Formats: sequence, structure tokens, C-alpha cells
Amino acid sequence: MLTLIGRRLALGILTLLVVSVIIFAGTEILPGDVATAILGQSATPENTAAIREQLGLNRPPYERYFEWLVGFVQGDLGTSLGNRRPIAPQVGFRFENTMLLAAMAACIAVPLSIGLGLVSAIKQGTIFDRAISVVSLMAISVPEFFIGYVLILFISVKLGWLPSLSNVNERMDFGQRITVMALPAITLTMVTLAHMMRMTRAAVISVMNSPYIEMAELKGVKYWRIVIQHALPNVLSPIITVVVLNLAYLVVGVVVVEVVFTYPGMGQFMVDSVSKRDVPVVQATGLIFAMTYVLLNMTADISSILANPRLRHPK
Amino acid sequence: MSESLLLDMQALRIEARGPDGKPFRIVDDVDLQLKRGEVLGLIGESGAGKSTIGLASMNYARTGCAITGGKIIFDGTDLRTLTEDQVRAMRGVNAAYIAQSAAASFNPAKRLNDQVTEAAVRHNVMNRGDAVKRAQELYDKLDLPDPDNIGRRYPHQVSGGQLQRVMSAMAMTCGPDLLVLDEPTTALDVTTQIEVLATVRDLIRTNNTAALYITHDLAVVAQIADRIMVLQYGKLVEVGETNQILHDPQDPYTKELISARTEEINTKVFTGMPENPVLSIKNVTASYDGKVDVLKNINVDIGRGETVAVVGESGSGKSTLARVVTGLLPPREGHVDFDGEAYSPALKQRTKEQLRKAQMIYQMPDVAMNPRQRVSEIIGRPLTFYFGLTGKERDDAMMKLLEEIDMAPEFADRFPGQLSGGQKQRVCIARALAADPELIICDEVTSALDQVVAAGILKLLDRLQKEKNLAYMFITHDLGIVRNIADRTVVMYQGNVVEQGTTEQIFTPPQKEAYTQKLIASTPEMRTDWLDEVLRDRADLFEISSKAKA
Amino acid sequence: MTTINSETARYIKPSKTLMVRRFLAEMPVVAWVGLIIILINLFVVAFAGVLAPYSETELVTDVWAPPNPDNWLGGDQLGRDMLTRILYGARTTISIAFIATILSFTMGIVAGFTAAVVGGIIDTLLSRIVDALMAIPTLILALVVISVLGTEIYVLIGVIAVLDSTRVFRLSRAIAMDVAVMEYVEAARLRGERLWWIMTREVLPNTVMPLIAEFGLRFAFAFLFIASLSFLGLGIQPPLADWGGMVRENATAIIYGIAAPLYPAAAIAALAVAVNLVVDYILARQNRSVAAAFDGTG
Repeated sequence: MLTLIGRRLALGILTLLVVSVIIFAGTEILPGDVATAILGQSATPENTAAIREQLGLNRPPYERYFEWLVGFVQGDLGTSLGNRRPIAPQVGFRFENTMLLAAMAACIAVPLSIGLGLVSAIKQGTIFDRAISVVSLMAISVPEFFIGYVLILFISVKLGWLPSLSNVNERMDFGQRITVMALPAITLTMVTLAHMMRMTRAAVISVMNSPYIEMAELKGVKYWRIVIQHALPNVLSPIITVVVLNLAYLVVGVVVVEVVFTYPGMGQFMVDSVSKRDVPVVQATGLIFAMTYVLLNMTADISSILANPRLRHPK
Repeated sequence: MSESLLLDMQALRIEARGPDGKPFRIVDDVDLQLKRGEVLGLIGESGAGKSTIGLASMNYARTGCAITGGKIIFDGTDLRTLTEDQVRAMRGVNAAYIAQSAAASFNPAKRLNDQVTEAAVRHNVMNRGDAVKRAQELYDKLDLPDPDNIGRRYPHQVSGGQLQRVMSAMAMTCGPDLLVLDEPTTALDVTTQIEVLATVRDLIRTNNTAALYITHDLAVVAQIADRIMVLQYGKLVEVGETNQILHDPQDPYTKELISARTEEINTKVFTGMPENPVLSIKNVTASYDGKVDVLKNINVDIGRGETVAVVGESGSGKSTLARVVTGLLPPREGHVDFDGEAYSPALKQRTKEQLRKAQMIYQMPDVAMNPRQRVSEIIGRPLTFYFGLTGKERDDAMMKLLEEIDMAPEFADRFPGQLSGGQKQRVCIARALAADPELIICDEVTSALDQVVAAGILKLLDRLQKEKNLAYMFITHDLGIVRNIADRTVVMYQGNVVEQGTTEQIFTPPQKEAYTQKLIASTPEMRTDWLDEVLRDRADLFEISSKAKA
Repeated sequence: MTTINSETARYIKPSKTLMVRRFLAEMPVVAWVGLIIILINLFVVAFAGVLAPYSETELVTDVWAPPNPDNWLGGDQLGRDMLTRILYGARTTISIAFIATILSFTMGIVAGFTAAVVGGIIDTLLSRIVDALMAIPTLILALVVISVLGTEIYVLIGVIAVLDSTRVFRLSRAIAMDVAVMEYVEAARLRGERLWWIMTREVLPNTVMPLIAEFGLRFAFAFLFIASLSFLGLGIQPPLADWGGMVRENATAIIYGIAAPLYPAAAIAALAVAVNLVVDYILARQNRSVAAAFDGTG
């Protein structure tokens, strides 16, 4: 099993490298040219050449890639083209904000979706179950901004319960922050809830239909004991996987939600930089997002290896 | 009489919900009586409701099913009048269940001991320490290796045959009055089956436990049951003493079931080794990965109009041999000759005419036919492909084929999903016939079918053989049918041909090879004293110690 | 093969409309709702110009005017008719998503089937490329590319098609591999049939339903994706009306309690939900027929 985990870790690191290459290459080998992109209408051969010189674009790409990667690993994310300041300090605060928002959404979504999934699996086929199934199918397909604006309109504008804009800053205390972040967190929760819930339900149902559950029934074991002692250890692995995969999704969904609520997170920063064509910032934030995603996926795989009794207790 | 009754089911009715949402009866007004210490065999084909009745004895119905009528009087109490908790209290203690697949019936996340002792501990029959001790005693009695420690393992760390015995121990820990055994040996190879069968029977006898033994195999149940109950479509057909059912069945359905097992189909007299064989497998050695040889130097000839059975247990290489003959797996060494002509080892290099001469019929007719093609296309394609028939010519030829497999012309429009299992296999036979072949490879063609249906297929194959002088390479694990249909028999074990000869030579003792002896001795026969006899006479072949019997 | 009397030889081939009719007859209410919404949208795409009461860019009412008899959904942030904009927006958003899906499907299926059937190095190579692309969240990768290539429509279509085709690749490869090991395919190979015949007659008909379902899912994805990009200001650019962009343009209205951005957002949500409802039915039907096939074996 250790070799399996080791192999997965190695694969994870390899993936990270490949991902960094793709992101770097995405901005380098595509037919667009960064220098002209920055200058837009005002591009003349002279100032284009100047920008190229300034960005070091005349050196071979692999050289710049390694420089970029080494800098990245050491915490040097490069310099923004927009305001000519180093990127790292600008990202730091925003990264923290994004993680906080994602964590808050996860804290609500994970227990809620597992709970609802369990209940709807146990009440399989009832009206409750069917209603939940249709509603969750809808929730999966609705865009984040729709949920966001509906919440703003009703909860914040009509009812006045929570603020509609989430412009957090360092001076706010924890309580204030939570209040301001509530709506985006709820939006994110609703977006991820449905998927997690449906997968939990499916996992529990498939385990509850297995012959060893029937065997436990025929041994006269009490129903709640069957669920906790026989079903749970076997659904744990699929549920953990689903949860972590959704956390990975959450990190991405955060981009749109941050824009809806003008939340000063990394997603908004990235979107701004894309429209300003601030390529170094896009590269840096893109890689951070991608890294988080890759790491979470790796965690999902490793935890499912750990939860598998066949692998935990080899022959 | 009523004093000694342990289980008395009266007018039991169980309903399931069909795919259209309407309920239908899967068990219909069945009465069943079981005395203490008595073993009742429940026999019937798939859909007969035998497992459902077995589970109902513990007042349990599977998801989608419900017990909707009748009484289940267990030890004087009607289980249907008890509360959920009261019923749970009797399950695992007074009545226990042994399932078909041990591998699926153990929770993969828990140690064996935890599962074996669970009923005893949860129902406060014993404390955990005593329960583990009891389990170890049972492991020892059941001849499991290292009885003191085996319980600490996880299910996947134990072999299939051993797991089946651990499940028996699990059922016996509380010393139940009733055991429900649901096809406990069906998933096992014959040589393992006989060992599990012997231990199960001795457990029941020594503990004087009553049992419901559910199976589709009359020969198996004959060894273990005092009485046999025959079921069909959820209804009771006939019930009686084992010997009466075997030798003097009253109901026509029971008679059909018995004759499906015993009838001699092939009446040809074998005339000697073939002089000009249709198929000649010469020195074939084959391997899937290039490292491990799954076939080792195989030589087999099949003559015109002859049936050669290739028998062996799982992993013997018999299906791989079929793949070599058809060209799906080119052999590493050796070659396959047809009518004296050496065929190219790989499928792609064979000509249409070469391919036409050898056709194949599969075990699972469901996956052997394209679900999106009608019977007319399935049978018609080879007619077009090999003979260029189209239009009316093709339709006429197709109709003739349907006639030959005893199916009405309107079946031509059906999709495979609209046919029964037996009909599907018939269509597969027609598809093979459409190529007008000289040899048909039959790969376990009857093992997915019920016995009566299978008997019909075998008769059809025999008739076609006589009409068209076809040769069959008949691959099977079921020695029961080999004796009835094969001219010659090839016994395979671990990729080798252990022995081959006329079916009579192979089956008439004394056999030359120990493995052949063991394989044939393990095949249940339709008489009540078979198991006793085998165990007495052939103790040297089986590793069942006397412990279980003591 | 001799002839037999022609009486038994006649049989009638039932038409394919029967299957379509059964498909519709067994459809639950929710799937019907979905299908109707999809049809309405297609109708709007085709006849937006005829249906729209005003022109796409005409200023006809007040900024964020409330719904009234002349402007059923009120006005937008410039005083254009909201309903008109939504009808035209349907055309832009849906057709771009549709073209992207067709492209991604063509690429994905060709690559996926090739990988499955040819195998070997080609399979490994294609699979590793897809793995690498899928290791990065779609939106993030799209943002990176757009930052360099800009937001031309062909760029958007290309980016969505390539990213989306990775999923189609995985699915069609898996399906083709599943079907390829079926015994009826083996039977066709043993008969000596050519690869083309096996692909078109034996494999493809059995992959149609899952592929249709996947087409629906991929379309919903492409559609939501283009809407999200436009919402972020990185998709279709004004003055072209498109739903995602309209949500963005009207977003500030929401804090005054005006529902303007919710109309285009609801249109997006409705179509996405509708597609999913129909796909869900197709998939459920698929599973049922698989289950039924296995019941038959006993």
C-alpha cells in the first residue's frame, strides 16, 4: 500500500510539473503575442521590441520557464505588468480570502450534503427522495451567478438580513468577516451541495444493496447498527472521494462567485488580470488555482487508497 | 405431528413490484412444513421463488418484495405477528442463513471473527471471548487451516472454498434450530463442491439442525435432503420423500426435471479414432502474456459428425483452446489443421471460406447477439456474408433456419431482448448453422440455462448433428451432460490434456489418471447414497478428515 | 440452402417511429417539461428576428424600466427592451454553444474511437494528453488562454471545444472499449467482417443512446461555460446580445431591488436544467434496459 501511495504522490508531483508547463506554454506558444497583447492599439514595432526586451521575451522559452518555475517555488511570483509591483504580496491576502471563503462553504456544504444524502438513501423511493432528486438535479445545472443574484435580491435587498457586497479587508474582525462572507458562502454551498448529495446517496444505496448487508440483516443486527458498523466503513471511501473532488470544484466555482459579490479574492484578481492582459499575474494565479486542484485530487485518491480494506490489509 | 414441527408456513404469498409498477406474485400460496432436525430440499429453476421462500422463513423479504399473505409459524409463533425487534432477536440465533457467494456475503471492511461472532454477541447469547472460542472450535471442526488465527484475517485474505466454510461456522455459532442454505455450492468447482457439501451435511447431522436446502441441482439435493419440494413460477408443484421424487415423480414437471438430468441423448455407437479429422489441433502451446503458458502441447482431433467434449474446471484452459482454434489467440507453438489444411494462426489471415467452416456458440446468448439487431439480421448476415444471398432468397433461407431450430417465422422480427434464454440460444445456433459449417465450437452453451431448457438445446444440437453430419467441440465443466452427449472426452487440467479417450473409457472405472478419477467422482449422481459411497470408497482422493463426522 | 414455401417467408419490418413513440410515451412529466423548454429555445433561436418586438440595439424605454404592457420584461441598463435582448441573446449564446459542442464531439469521438480501436502508442499518447489537460480546472485553463488570445468568437469556440472534447474522448473511448469486448463483436470478427462494418453496424448502434445523453451534457456544459465567461466579461463582447453578458451589464440593478439581471440568468438556468432533465431520463432508460437484459439470463 505504501508503494501505491508513493506512486500516487510521485504522479501528483509529475502532474504539477506538467500543469505548470501547460500554463506557461498556454501563454507562450499560442499564436497571440504577449507584447502586442499588452500594447493593443498603440503597438508600434519600436515599443513592441522594447516590451519584449523588458519582459525577456527574446530569450528561449525553456530558459524563461525554468526561471519562472524556480522563482515560483521560492515564492517569487514575478512582477505585475499592470502596476509594476511584485505579484506575491498582492496575491497573499487574496489567497487567504479565497481559502477562507471556500473553507466556510465547505463547512456548511459537506455535513449538510452527507446528511441529506444519507437520509434520501435510507428513504429511497419516497416522495422526499424523489423531490430531493429533482431539486438537486436542477441545482447542479443552474449557474452560480443566478443563485447569487437571487440570494442578493431576496436576502439582502428585500429582507436586508445580510450585506450584498463582500468587500472584506484586514481591519474587519472575525465576526464582521463572517457576516460579509455569508452570502457568497451560501451560494457556493448550494452549487456544490447537490452533487455531493447525489453521490453520497448513490454510494450508500449501492452498499446497502450488497449481500453482506443482507447477511447482517439475517443475523438480526439492529438497523442503525447495520448502517453504522457495516455500511459506513464501506461508503467512507467513495464519500471522501466525492467530498474532496467537490472541494476542488469549489476552488474553481469561487471565481464566478467572487465576481458576483465583488469579494476581494484570488478569482476576481485573476479575472481582472485576464481582461487587463496582465499575463504574469494570470500565470501566477492560474498556477495556484491549478495546484490547489491537483493537490486536492491527489488527496482524494490517497484517502480512498487508505480507506480500502483490501489495500490496507494485503494478503 | 404438530409437536415436532419447527417451521410451518401456511398459504405464504410474496409479491414484488414489476418494472411497470404493478405487483405480481413471486410466491403464490405455498404451504411448507419442516420438522425438527429434518432437511427439506427446495428445488426449481430460476424464478421459481425458492430463495424468496427460504428468506421468508426468517420473515425477511428483499428490497422490492413484500410478504403479503399467509402465516410463518416458527417454533409455535407466527413471525408475521411479531414486532421488528422480536423478529431480529430470532434471526441469527434460532435461524441462520448461508448464502451462495461467501465472497460477497462477508463485509470486506471487517475481520472474520467480528462477523462470525456478531450474532452471538449482539443477541447476548455469549460474551465475545466465549463466542471467539466457539468460532475457533467450529473452524477446527470444519477443517480450516490455523483455526486459532484465521478469524483475525479479512475476507479477501482467505480463499473462496475456505470462506464458504467460515460462513458455515458463522451460521452455526449460536446453534440455530433452522439453517437456510441458498445454493451454497453452486459457485464452486465440482471438486471443491464435494468437500463443502460433505462438511455442511455433517454439521447438520451432528447438531440435529433442521434445514431448508435451496438449489437447482437435483443430484446435489439428493445427497442431503430427507424430503424434496419442487417449485415452479412461485407455486408448489410436488413435495415428497427424496427417493419418491427421484424414482417415482408424480407431476409432469418433476418428471421433466428428472429426465433432463438422466436422459441419454446421444445414441451413436463410437466407431474408433477419426481417420480424416475435421479439426486437428497439433502440439499447441499458447500464452496470453508470452510468459505463462496457459496451454501446454495440446493434441486433439475431432472427426466428422463427432462430438468431442473438452472438460475441466475453471482455469483448466478449455476456453483458451477454443480461442486458439478460432484464431483469436495465435498459439506460441503448434498449429490448427482443418480438413488436413493448416490454418493460419491469426484470425486476420484466414480466408472467408476457412472461417465459414468453423462456427461458435457462446455461453451467454445475451451478450452474443447484438441487442440492436433483429433476429432476421442476426441470422441473415452470415447468409449474405458467406453466400451472397439477398432479398427473397435470403428470407427463404432464414425461414428455413428458423424452422430447423423449432421457432415460428414471426420471431424473425424480434429483438434479442424479446426472447427467452432458450430461444436466444436457439437463434445463436441458427446463426452458426447459417454458415453451413463443418464444426461448431460450443463454449458452455447450456450452463447459463435452466436444466429443462438446456436439455432441449442439447436435443436440438444432437438432431442437427445427425441431419448435417456436424462435428462439435463441446466445452463444459458439467460432466453430467458429457456422459449423455459426447462420443469422446478430453480432460484438461492446468493447461494440459490429462487424459482423452472414448467417453465410455473415461467414465468407466478404473480411470488411469488420478485427476480424472477425482473429477468424475466429484460429479453428483442422481441417487441418495452417492455422497456416502464416494466418501467411503475414495477417501484417498478427498481431503475431508473424519473430524467433521465425529 | 434450398427454398421453402413462400407463405412462411413473409414478415413485416416494424418502423423505427415505433421506438420514438415508445420513448415519448414512457417519458415522465419532468422530462416533458425539459423537452418543451428545449423546443421553445430552438424556436426562438430560429425566429428571434420575427418574434422580437423591437430591434436589438434600439433604445425604447427608460433605464431599468419595470415590466409594462409595451416592454413585458422592462428595460435594460441603457433602456433597450429586455425581452428583445433576451430573444436575440438566445441566438448568440445557444448557437455558439452548439457549434462548440459539435466541434468538441467530433474531435472527442474520432480521437476516442481511434484510441480504443487502434490502441498501442496512439492510445497512450492521446490518453496522456487528455489526462494532462484534465488535471487543470477548465475555467482556469480557459482564462489563461484567453488572456493571450483575446475574446474573439472563434477563439471562444475553439477553447471550449478543445477543453470539452477531453471529456468526450474519455467517454467515447470507454464506451467503444466496452462494446468491443462483447461477444457479438467477437462473433462478427470470427465471421470475418471488416473493421468498418464492425464499427458502424455492431459498435455504433449500441453507443448511440449514451452518446446522445453525453451530447446533451456537453452542450449544457458549453452553454453554461460561455455564459459564465461572458458574465465575467471575458466572453462574447457587446453590443452583441448574449445572456451571460446581459447578466453582467445589468448586475448593478440588483442592489436597487430591480430584477433585471435575473431575467437572462433565469433563461440560462432554465435551458441548462431542461437539458439535464431530458438527459437524466435518457440515462435512466439506458440503465433500465441494461438491467432488463441481465434479468433475462435468470
